[in-house]
Amino acid sequence: MAKRIEATNVSAYYGAFKAIENINLTVEPKTVTALIGPSGCGKSTFLRSINRMHEVLPGARVEGSLTIDNQDIYDRDVDVTAVRRMIGMVFQRPNPFPTMSIFENVVAGLRLNGVRKKSILEETAEKALRSANLWDEVKDRLGKPGAGLSGGQQQRLCIARTIAVEPQVVLMDEPCSALDPISTLAIEDLMFQLKDKFTIIIVTHNMQQAARVSDRTAFFSIEKTGDPGRLIEYDNTQKIFSNPSVKKTEDYITGRFG
Amino acid sequence: MGETPHRSAHAGTGGTRVTSGHDWPAGASARFAETSGNPRTPTGNGLGGGGGLPRARAFGAERAFRGLTVAAGAAVLVIIAAIAVFLIAKAVPALQANTEDFWTFEGWFPNDNPPKFGIGALAFGTVLTALLALLVAVPVALGIALYLTHYAPRRIGTGLGFVIDLLAAVPSVVFGLWGRDYLVGPVTDLSTWLNRYFGWIPIFGDGPYGNSILLGSLVLAIMVLPIITSLSREVFLQTPTANEEAALALGATRWEMLRTAVLPYGRPGIIAAVMLGLGRALGETIALALTLGSTYAISFNVLTSGGNTIAANIANRFAEANDTGRGALIASGLVLFAITLIVNITARAIIYRRREFTESAA
Repeated sequence: MAKRIEATNVSAYYGAFKAIENINLTVEPKTVTALIGPSGCGKSTFLRSINRMHEVLPGARVEGSLTIDNQDIYDRDVDVTAVRRMIGMVFQRPNPFPTMSIFENVVAGLRLNGVRKKSILEETAEKALRSANLWDEVKDRLGKPGAGLSGGQQQRLCIARTIAVEPQVVLMDEPCSALDPISTLAIEDLMFQLKDKFTIIIVTHNMQQAARVSDRTAFFSIEKTGDPGRLIEYDNTQKIFSNPSVKKTEDYITGRFG
Repeated sequence: MGETPHRSAHAGTGGTRVTSGHDWPAGASARFAETSGNPRTPTGNGLGGGGGLPRARAFGAERAFRGLTVAAGAAVLVIIAAIAVFLIAKAVPALQANTEDFWTFEGWFPNDNPPKFGIGALAFGTVLTALLALLVAVPVALGIALYLTHYAPRRIGTGLGFVIDLLAAVPSVVFGLWGRDYLVGPVTDLSTWLNRYFGWIPIFGDGPYGNSILLGSLVLAIMVLPIITSLSREVFLQTPTANEEAALALGATRWEMLRTAVLPYGRPGIIAAVMLGLGRALGETIALALTLGSTYAISFNVLTSGGNTIAANIANRFAEANDTGRGALIASGLVLFAITLIVNITARAIIYRRREFTESAA
């Protein structure tokens, strides 16, 4: 249920602008990998390259090779929707479908996959909501609008929606940046549990969060505005935060820049 | 103005204090503040107003503007009431003089003695042409709007959107003439074809073909197309990118994304757009006066020459009408008014029913 991701010389562009350059890293199955770095260093761009969401923007493209269990996700013959089903994504701001109920939100991905049988939908919805630690809070109001929940609940709803289709990998783009500390804690706890089943890659601005939740940490940075972002250091989280090998990483995590 | 604190004076005092620490000179507004010494804002107190709270103004732009908006709102009610009173006052005598049943009689002879006229066929024709027009226009309009917002390259989208808005600027009499003199040919051929292969369906009955409900509805469809298109395009553009990306990230194709995120989100807006289109179709006058056959019969056969609508009938018959005739036409106008009202209320009800989901969307 979890797969290895391998990036080789990945560069991504917005039109003529090169946002990231020659990223090389391998993400092991069933781990949490944190991407940290100053704003504009390409963490999110790299994350969005992994499930081919980067190319949704006009003029955006990716070069290099990204594989999931040795299968090239940018292969010409690969169906992009299949890639996105295999690699789910949770966004920075909670984005439940506003016109759908809580239940409909969770099963939206299943419905897209053609699942129509009510018993399967209900069973999966309950399972996904339980995994997202949301079931007890919403089980009595599954028919109510998903957008009526609190911010933290909405984000867990989005996580439930993502994991309901049982992806191999879950990408999280600053999932807690719009949430209060208690909701953040709930989602961090959730990540520990989800690690048993999924490979998780999380972009975060919060270094304590990276230190708390991740097994490995990748530090991205840029030389100056307009330059492409590069991977500076990628190692075990403990090493990065206690004894980084690159001076720049140390400067960043100790708050000397960025 | 001496009584009321001057806004730019406030800003000016603040400006001096803020900019004094920098090396660039204080701006013009700051100098103005120093010279215009306002008694209400002693220098040195700044925006916070160290000199106590000033009294609220008795009269100012705020009040004046409020009065203007209330007046504008009230004007609508006055105008509607005036129209209603006028229509009813003119219609009642004619309705009393009518010797046939106003609702069921199929014919329009209010100028005869005794006067005979009925609204049934006209109301039926009005609703039928409008609904047929929507049946054709709505799918096309939504298709165009979705293409413009989600498929077309930006340059083509802008250009095509402009052309469609241009279509809305063509006067309806031009559409009517075009329909009567040109479109009638192709529609006659289409009618013959429909009757040959689908004649077993009652609505595709026998001829003569020409100025039929079908022709009128097609012209009407083209006329309501721009309004539905441009409104639904605006609605589709408002879909939050976050929701579109959520659908795509779940593995939706472009069409599935539209179905999951864009169309449900735009539903109230689409309904509003369709209702505006329907309103225009129900009230359209001259284009239908030119393209319909002006008969007074209730018939579902959309191919045969004939058909009439309330508004087209008013345009066709007003010049020849005597007092009772005019009263009768005005009575028909009242019925059209009522139909439009029902349509609007229905639309509101549909939108209201789903408010829980649409309000939280905003």
